[in-house]
Amino acid sequence: MIFFDQVTKLYSDRSLALDQVTFSVEKGEMLSIVGHSGAGKTTLLKMVLAEEQPTSGGVYWDSTNINSVGHGQIHRLRRKIGSIFQEHRLLPNKNVYENIALTMEASGRSDEDIASDVPHVLELVGLADKMINFPGQLSGGEKQRVAIARAIVNQPDILLADEPTGNLDPVTTFEIIQIFNKINELGTTVLIATHDKSVVDAVGKRTLTLEKGRLVRDDKHGHYVL
Amino acid sequence: MFTNQRRIWRSGLINFLRGGLVSFSSVVVLTTTLFIVGWLVIGQGFFTASLTAIQDRVDISISFIPEAREEQVLGLKQKLEALPEVVEVTYSSRDDELADFRERNKDIPIIMRSLDEIPNPLGARLKVKATDPVYYDSISRFLDQDTALSSAGERIIFDTNYRKTDIDQLTAFISSTRQFGSAIALVLIFISIITVFGTVSLAIHISREEIGVMRLVGADNRYIRGPFIVEGVIAGLISSVLALLVLYPSVIWARRVTTSFVDQFDFLNYYLSSLPVLFLIIALVGAGLSILASLWAVRKYLKV
Repeated sequence: MIFFDQVTKLYSDRSLALDQVTFSVEKGEMLSIVGHSGAGKTTLLKMVLAEEQPTSGGVYWDSTNINSVGHGQIHRLRRKIGSIFQEHRLLPNKNVYENIALTMEASGRSDEDIASDVPHVLELVGLADKMINFPGQLSGGEKQRVAIARAIVNQPDILLADEPTGNLDPVTTFEIIQIFNKINELGTTVLIATHDKSVVDAVGKRTLTLEKGRLVRDDKHGHYVL
Repeated sequence: MFTNQRRIWRSGLINFLRGGLVSFSSVVVLTTTLFIVGWLVIGQGFFTASLTAIQDRVDISISFIPEAREEQVLGLKQKLEALPEVVEVTYSSRDDELADFRERNKDIPIIMRSLDEIPNPLGARLKVKATDPVYYDSISRFLDQDTALSSAGERIIFDTNYRKTDIDQLTAFISSTRQFGSAIALVLIFISIITVFGTVSLAIHISREEIGVMRLVGADNRYIRGPFIVEGVIAGLISSVLALLVLYPSVIWARRVTTSFVDQFDFLNYYLSSLPVLFLIIALVGAGLSILASLWAVRKYLKV
């Protein structure tokens, strides 16, 4: 489904983020991408989102080269991808309902769909009673659950999570991983970038290890060896 | 399509209302800009009215010798009226001139007594008004030609009061004042545009996270830009109304301070009579500026 073919990313300051990285991800797979800070995890996820372009090599989604998708068509690709970040990236002037509805509105979904799906997905992440709260009124774990709800509400083909448990306590981290497992069981491909050993162990699935931009290990079952 | 438009308008309105200090700052800057634009419009009206009034006061006064016959004077009047650069020629008879002279000197007994003892010493008078002050020179040259005087060729003109220097100075003043006014207006408009663009850019910079999130959830550029344009329209319209409200006391003040030396232009009347046009100009400038600034500022965040 996703194929990285000899991908190298050299930033304008000459720092090497990815170096000849090659791997593929099957539809419905769940994998962890581990590595120290600066290993290239975030760059790798950004390439799937077409936020970054490789210096050489190509990133493919099925038979489509993501890098060749025109600027005016990128939004169609992104509608099939859910993204979660360590810092949540919720909009502070919109309440929980509006933050999630935004994704559906951007995809042109009907008002009826939004009215039925948003409460449903909030129930799934355990925040049905926080619908009218603003992000500033939520805890870190709750914010991350809202971010997850926003990422999955459109039932994306791929879910990208960049350090999704970075600021959370162990109990909340475990709950978040359980949600990811549940989403994956429903058929969504899940890519989690993390440097947290407990996350890798809890996921317990395929693990890619990056070191200074190079893919150094590809384990079938979760191992954190750094 | 309609649903998208509705969502864009709703989102823009909500963002504006929840924008707090950012929305308030945009409205304050826009109101100040539109206040300046409003005064440029009123100032233009005042300027035009003042110049017209000054030009109306300038003319060539031709006084005739007492022996000049009325038909000779009226003959010259007809010739002058036939000139394309002449707007109007006013005739004042010998008796009119005497009555006017008496009225002006009624407090000086010696003059009044002298006038009673001698026949009317004054000649008739023509006042010539040109379409533009620059033509007074050519009209004056026309009067110097012998053919302009009478059919018999007698010199019947006693004096031509043609203040060439004054008129030249006035023409130069009008020209330079127009240029200076235009330059000031351009500078003010430029400063206003820069200020509005700066403020709107800052507001959109604060919203860059929102733009980034909208891009990541798959919103197209039109859908991302839309709410910012709506915010611009709302800010522009609110600022237009506020600018007109702030203009009201300022024109009253302007009327009060200029009333002693400006009698041909009433600021308040001008403001009230041109209120719909003024609102239209200010609203268009306000909304247009705000929309352009939003489009310009949001552009760089849509590139990735």
